[in-house]
Amino acid sequence: MYVELQNINKAFGDVHAARNVGFGIVRGVLAALLGPSGSGKTTILRMIAGLERPDSGDIFIDGARVNDVDPGRRGIGFVFQNYALFRYMTVFDNIAFGLIVQKEPAETVRSRVFELLALIGMEGMEKRYPAQLSGGQKQRVAFARALAPNPKLLLLDEPFAAIDAKVRKELRVWLRDMIHRLDVTGIFVTHDQEDAVETADEIIVTNNGRIEQKGSPQMLYKAPATPFVTSFIGNSAPLENYKRLKGFENGSGAATGVVRPEFVKIYPAVDGITYENSVEDAVVEDTAFRGTHWEVTLKIKNMTLPARYSLEKAPIAAGDRVKAFVYRLYAFDGDNVTLLENRNLDTHNGANRYSI
Amino acid sequence: MKRHSAKRIIPGFGISLGLTTSFVSMIVLIPMLFLAVQSTDAGWSGFRQALSDPRILAGYEVSFLCSFAAAGVNCVFGLILAWVLTRYRFPGRRLIDGLIELPFALPTAVAGIALTALYSDKGWIGSAFAAMGIKIAYTRAGIIIAMTFITLPFIVRTIQPVLEQLDGAYEEAGRMLGASRGRIFRKIILPELTPAVLTGFGLAFARALGEYGSVVFIAGNMPFKTEIAPLLIMSKLEQFSYDESAAIALVMLVVSFTVMFGINCVQSGAASFSKG
Repeated sequence: MYVELQNINKAFGDVHAARNVGFGIVRGVLAALLGPSGSGKTTILRMIAGLERPDSGDIFIDGARVNDVDPGRRGIGFVFQNYALFRYMTVFDNIAFGLIVQKEPAETVRSRVFELLALIGMEGMEKRYPAQLSGGQKQRVAFARALAPNPKLLLLDEPFAAIDAKVRKELRVWLRDMIHRLDVTGIFVTHDQEDAVETADEIIVTNNGRIEQKGSPQMLYKAPATPFVTSFIGNSAPLENYKRLKGFENGSGAATGVVRPEFVKIYPAVDGITYENSVEDAVVEDTAFRGTHWEVTLKIKNMTLPARYSLEKAPIAAGDRVKAFVYRLYAFDGDNVTLLENRNLDTHNGANRYSI
Repeated sequence: MKRHSAKRIIPGFGISLGLTTSFVSMIVLIPMLFLAVQSTDAGWSGFRQALSDPRILAGYEVSFLCSFAAAGVNCVFGLILAWVLTRYRFPGRRLIDGLIELPFALPTAVAGIALTALYSDKGWIGSAFAAMGIKIAYTRAGIIIAMTFITLPFIVRTIQPVLEQLDGAYEEAGRMLGASRGRIFRKIILPELTPAVLTGFGLAFARALGEYGSVVFIAGNMPFKTEIAPLLIMSKLEQFSYDESAAIALVMLVVSFTVMFGINCVQSGAASFSKG
């Protein structure tokens, strides 16, 4: 493990920002700390950086305990949420700051700054001031400034928060490529699951000062460990009693759970369904156009279920009566989550092999 | 810019500009103009004197040098005071914060008498210095102290809000890059504060220059040594030489205006950085 946290606790008055937090990140990986605001993710990042002291617990970077090491001596580059570029310095001076502090000779500073300017694709802009840059350019300058002293670990606090949707997509890809190309380890904080899923190799989900789950985006999506992760990652809607749904009648424990829209298939009533016993009668409550598909809200036995519906199929509208098949859902039992498959899945699939 | 669709809070450019110019005219421009007319009322002799009489020239020197020194002293200590008041939480902080404005609330003559009593050779503070052979009251040092007292609020109150608004991330960025505290202050914080310090300096300088009440008591008013220009204006008035007093006033006005204008120019240059 390149970065390792063990039993970290931190409280601000009555607010517990970290409770027994422990995780490790392998060298060269880009990890995301993902959680709702107030979940403690930024505090965890700031403790790794040394800007905040944990009340108890140990932080290791590259095998060495760094609790008592000055932030500037931990070999970390930090990109702040609003970039915190020095307003009275040019782009050149901003990037050079960390090198000048280390008393590097002027020629080394110059060549390193121009090397970084080339890396971030901003050659020729070294004389500009931060106020003359766009949001994306500021972010890249902040990135270059943090990277200038050759840190082995890069921490980024909400790197995409202040950037509009279009540039955001580009920056995600760019950041991911950079981290992998430069062979540094990266950790970034975000509240946006799309940022995390599309950018990170590994996601650490935080909630209420605790680590809920750590894993690859696919793993978090396919095998969420806690009810919180299940609801937080991906789209989902809560079910108060899934045992009322056909095919799930004999689930164990409590009957609460969540279902994702991609787990529900809609058959317009006109379609011939050969195995009718497996499908539910549903009423379309609402439809919303999502560009690539319809997002449909269904009412089934007094429960509200989300579903996706292809643009290619016969159009449906609010008030229509349709049939729906629920492939699977996540059932909650205390803190445990189980993926339940519809008991009739095989029969259903077999019977409807040739339907659209 | 959409000119017509946006609703403005203050109605109409015409009305607001009219109000602005008439207000500034009545309160500032017309009195100034009157001063200029007055000074040349009896020909240019008053002017000639205001620009050549060695006693008056010495008066300018005392006024400008002491004001400059007082504003300078306050830039250093006012900055420290503002820093402590915004960065630290300690019992009595609100009390000290409230005391800052006291020099404004006090009638200046009261302040002058109190300062003179304290700093004269027999006073609490003055006697300690007198033992070391340093005279404060009735010297330029005394004038500077009175001016410092009177202008402290300007510096503190202009720096304080800027310090409060200053994003802590700038300092943290400096720390992460390994900068020492001294470097962080000099290279990162000080540039952010410079416009506010300059404004405070300008205000303090101008106020000290015009200060009369508190200074005359502690100054001793010895010609060529501790006689300030405002006192010369008063004494010319008492001798009914209105043109001479107006001429002295005009000279001071022009110099003050030049200083303030210069500071404003530097500041608007600095303001162009802070837009992003």
